[in-house]
Amino acid sequence: MPAVTAQDRVNDFVIKIATVNGTGSASANALLMKAIFRSGVPVMGKNYFPSNIQGLPTWYEIRVTRDAHTARSGRIDLMVAMNAETYGKDMREVDSGGYLLYDSTWPRPALFAREDITVLGVPLARLCNEHFKGVRTRILMKNICYAGVLAALLDIDLERMRELLAETYAKKPQLVDSNMQAVQLGYDYARQHFNCPLPLRVAPLDRTAGHMLIDGNTAAGLGAMFAGATVGAWYPITPSTSVMDAYKSFCDKWRVDPATGRRNFAFIQAEDELAAIGMVLGASWNGARAFTATSGPGISLMNEFLGLAYYAEIPAVVFDVQRVGPSTGMPTRTQQCDLMLCAYASHGDTKHVCLYPANPQECFYFAVAAFDLAERLQTPIMVLSDLDIGMNDWMCPELEWDDSYQPDRGKVLPLEEIVKLEKFYRYLDKDDDGIPYRTLPGVHPKAAYFTRGSGHTQYGAYTEDSAEYQIVVDRLLRKFGTAKSLVPKPVIAMADKRTDVAIVAAGSSDGAVREALTVLAGMGIAVNYLRVRAFPFNEEVERFLAEHRVVFVVEQNRDAQLRSLLTLETQVEKARLRSLLHYSGLPISSSFIIEGVLTEVAPRPLRSVGPVHASATPAE
Amino acid sequence: MTFIPKPKVRHPSLPRNALGLTRRDYEGVLSTLCAGCGHDSITAALTEAIWGLSLEPQNIAKLSGIGCSSKTTAYFVGGAHGFNSVHGRMPAIAMGANAANRKLSYIGVSGDGDTLSIGLGQFCHAIRRNLNMLYVIENNGVYGLTKGQFSASADVGTKAKKGEQNQQPPIDPVLLAMSLGASFVARSFSGDKQQLVPLIQAGLSHRGFALIDVLSPCVTFNDHEGSTKSYAYTREHYEPVVNADFVPFEREIVADYAAGESLPVMMHDGSRVLLRKFAHDYDPTDRVAASAFIQERQKQGEYLTGLLYIDESQPEFHDVNGTPDEPLNSLPFAALSPGSQGLRKILSRYR
Repeated sequence: MPAVTAQDRVNDFVIKIATVNGTGSASANALLMKAIFRSGVPVMGKNYFPSNIQGLPTWYEIRVTRDAHTARSGRIDLMVAMNAETYGKDMREVDSGGYLLYDSTWPRPALFAREDITVLGVPLARLCNEHFKGVRTRILMKNICYAGVLAALLDIDLERMRELLAETYAKKPQLVDSNMQAVQLGYDYARQHFNCPLPLRVAPLDRTAGHMLIDGNTAAGLGAMFAGATVGAWYPITPSTSVMDAYKSFCDKWRVDPATGRRNFAFIQAEDELAAIGMVLGASWNGARAFTATSGPGISLMNEFLGLAYYAEIPAVVFDVQRVGPSTGMPTRTQQCDLMLCAYASHGDTKHVCLYPANPQECFYFAVAAFDLAERLQTPIMVLSDLDIGMNDWMCPELEWDDSYQPDRGKVLPLEEIVKLEKFYRYLDKDDDGIPYRTLPGVHPKAAYFTRGSGHTQYGAYTEDSAEYQIVVDRLLRKFGTAKSLVPKPVIAMADKRTDVAIVAAGSSDGAVREALTVLAGMGIAVNYLRVRAFPFNEEVERFLAEHRVVFVVEQNRDAQLRSLLTLETQVEKARLRSLLHYSGLPISSSFIIEGVLTEVAPRPLRSVGPVHASATPAE
Repeated sequence: MTFIPKPKVRHPSLPRNALGLTRRDYEGVLSTLCAGCGHDSITAALTEAIWGLSLEPQNIAKLSGIGCSSKTTAYFVGGAHGFNSVHGRMPAIAMGANAANRKLSYIGVSGDGDTLSIGLGQFCHAIRRNLNMLYVIENNGVYGLTKGQFSASADVGTKAKKGEQNQQPPIDPVLLAMSLGASFVARSFSGDKQQLVPLIQAGLSHRGFALIDVLSPCVTFNDHEGSTKSYAYTREHYEPVVNADFVPFEREIVADYAAGESLPVMMHDGSRVLLRKFAHDYDPTDRVAASAFIQERQKQGEYLTGLLYIDESQPEFHDVNGTPDEPLNSLPFAALSPGSQGLRKILSRYR
C-alpha cells in the first residue's frame, strides 16, 4: 500500500481502544463514535468482546473514514492501551508512525520498546482518583476521561459530547455533569501536555446527513415489528439475543393498546431452541406471523423441526446471527459459517430459502421480505446475518417505510372460497408454481386437514406409496425453483474497464470488498463484483459466473461454504472459483482481499493456485 | 397403507347435540391401531366428550407428537385441523398455536415415550406456562411402534413380553405435574369410559393446562402376566378417589350430594364440575395433601384415579403475556405496524 502523509490522515485513521470487560468502556466508546458521526464525518465501529461478564480483555475499533468505508482497513493508527494485561500485544499492533495512549499513573518505561511510534502517557487513574469518590465511579470515569483526552488529540467538538451525554442521561442530569467533568479533565491534561490536535484528526464534514448509526439486530427486530410479526419465541444465545430484545422493546412502545393496556404480540422465552422453533411453527400454522432468532448452535438444534416445516410446508422466519463455530466455538466473534447448515438443514432431501443481508438496513428490509416470502412459499426463511452486522453500530442510510405496504399472506383460502369447495386438498399444485393452498384452523370444518411430517399424498393423506410420495417431493423442488424468482436479486457492480476477473461475496464481506475494488482500480486492476443476496441463486448469479474467467469467492469461513453452494447449485466450472477465506473471528478487512487478489492477478500473470487462507490477522 | 375413510351411514334417530350434530360428525378416519388397543377407547371417549360439549369442530385443534398415541388425533373430529408434529415436541407446537389464536380448544394427545422421555422437557415447560390446553397421555409403559421396549413410565419389577424385568424407577406424570404446579391433574383408565368422558369435558373447560394421564394397555406388547400396565392389573389396582361429574353451564345443578363427599367447582366458562369423593379425607384442592395421599396409596400398590387436583384460579399464558381477547392472528395490520411516521420517530435515537 502506498505510504500515507500526515495531511491524508484528517478524517481517515483508525483508533483501537483496549480495555477490560465490565468497566463501562462501552459508553465512552459509543460517545466518541457518535460525536464524530455528529460532526458529519463517517465512522465505523467494531467491538471485539469476550464471552465474559467482567474481567477479560475487550477492544473497540473506531475507523474514521471520510470515504464512508464500512469495513476494517487492517491498520491501527492510535491505540488506547487501558488494559495492562494486553499492553505489550496492543503496542505491537500499532502501525509504524502511529500513537499509543496509556495510563501513566503507573509508568512503564521498560515497555516502550518501539521507537517508530509516539507514546502518550496520561495519568488517567490519578486524575480520576483525585477528582471522584467511590471505587466504581473512579473506574467508570477513567474511561470517560480517555474520551476527553482523545477529544483534545483528535479535535472532537466537546459540545457534541455534552449534547450526547445530555441525551443519554436525560433522566439523570447529575450524571451529565460528572461525566462532562471527566471529559474535561482528560481534555485539559492533553491540551497542556501534548501538541493538540495530532495530524490524525477529525475535521467537520457533511457526509452523515440522511444516515444513522444502528446495529443489525436492532434493525432486524424493528423489521419484524413492522412486518406485523405477532409471535416471537426464542432461547437466549449470543449474538442473536438483541434481535428479540429489540423486537420486545419496540413492541412495548408501539404494540400496547393504549385503551386496554393489552399487548398485541406474544413474546415467549422458550426452554430451548427446539421449543422456540416449534412455537414459531405452531403460530405460523395457525396464521400468525412468527419468528425466532438464534445462532449456529440453535440452528443445529432446530434441524428436525426445520425439516418438518419444509415437508409439511409451514411458514417460519429464522434469524441466524452467525458466530464462530464449530460447537460452542467463539460466541462473541464473527464468521459466515452456517451457510451450508442453513441451506440444507435437517435430514432427508431438504433445501431452504436463505437471505444474506450485508448491513443493518438490509436486516430491516430483509426481515420484512422474509415474512412475505415465508407465507408466499409456505416454508422456513432463514435470514443469515452475523455478529459483525448484528452487534456493531453501522453507519447506514436512514430506513424508509412505504405506507402502502400490505403483508403478502400467500395462498391462504378465505372462508368464502372454502365454502364453495367440494373438498379441500392441502398439497395440490393448482397454479403450476409448486405452491399449494393452505387453510387456517378455526374457519370451517371443510377446510380441515391433517398436518404431518410423515409421508403424504398431494391430497394430504398418509401414504407409503412410492409414486404418491414422489409427486409431493418433486413438487417441493418445483416450489424451490419458484423461489428463485421471488428472492432478492444479487447486487452487481461492474468495473469501469472490461475484465474477466470478478469477486463474489455475501453478507458482511460487502464493505471490505467494495473498498478493495476501489483500491485495486487505483492500481489499474479492474474487477467486477457480484454480491449474492439469497439462496437459491437466481439466473443473474448463474449468468455472472458464466461471464467470468476467474471468480474470487470471498467469505468468512474455513471451508469455502459459499463456493461449495455455488458449485453445487449452479453450472459454474469449479476450477474458475478461487477462494479468499477469512475466518479469524474478526470482521474481514479490505487489505486481506486486496492482498488475496494481488497474489493471483497482478503484477504477475495469472497462475493457478489453491485457496488463500487467512493467517492470524494483525489484530490477533 | 393409505388413509381409510369411514363409510358415512347415518341413522336418522342418532341423538343430536346443541349444534344439531351427531356423534358421527365428531369422528375421524378409521384407526390403524391393533384391535383392542386402549387408545381406541380413549378416542371414543374424546369423541363422546366433545360431542357432548357441542364444540364446533373447526374450533378445535388436535396436536400430537410421534408414536401410537400420536396417530390417534386423526381418528376423531375430522372437521378439525390436526398437527402430527415431531417426537416429544407437541407442547411447543401447542404453545405457538395457542399464542396465535387463544380462541380455539387445543387437544394434545401424547404417549408415555413422547411425554416422559423425549418430550419430558417440553411437557414440564408447558405446565409451567399453564398453557391452556387439554393434554392426554395414553400411557401403556412401552414403545409399541418399535416393538416393546420399556418406556419411562414402566414400573420397577414389571415384566416385558420376553421376560426382562424393568429395574429403573418410573416417572409418574401425575406426581410430576403436581410438583410443577399444574392446575388440573387427573388420572384415568381407557376401560372406564364413565369416568373418562366427564374428565375430558372438565379438562376442556378448564382454563389452563389440563393433564389427564390415561392408563391405556398395549394389547400387543404389554398385556401379559407380570406387566403392571395390563388390563387385568389395571382393573385390580386402579381405584377412583374423586370422580368428576361435568355439568354444562346451561344446566342447573340438581344432584344432591352428601356434604364433605362432593365439591362443586366453577369453571371459567360457567360450567361446573362436581367432584365426587370416594375417600372422605382426600382434598383435590390441596396440592401438598393430595400429593402425599396419592404417594401413600401408591406405596401400597394402589393407583388413584379421577380428578386428583384442580385450581381454576391460576393465571394461564395469556394472562401473563397480557394478550388481548381477540386472537393475535386476526389483528388488522394497521394495529401492528407503526408506519412511516412511527419509523421516523423511532429512528431519531439513531441519528
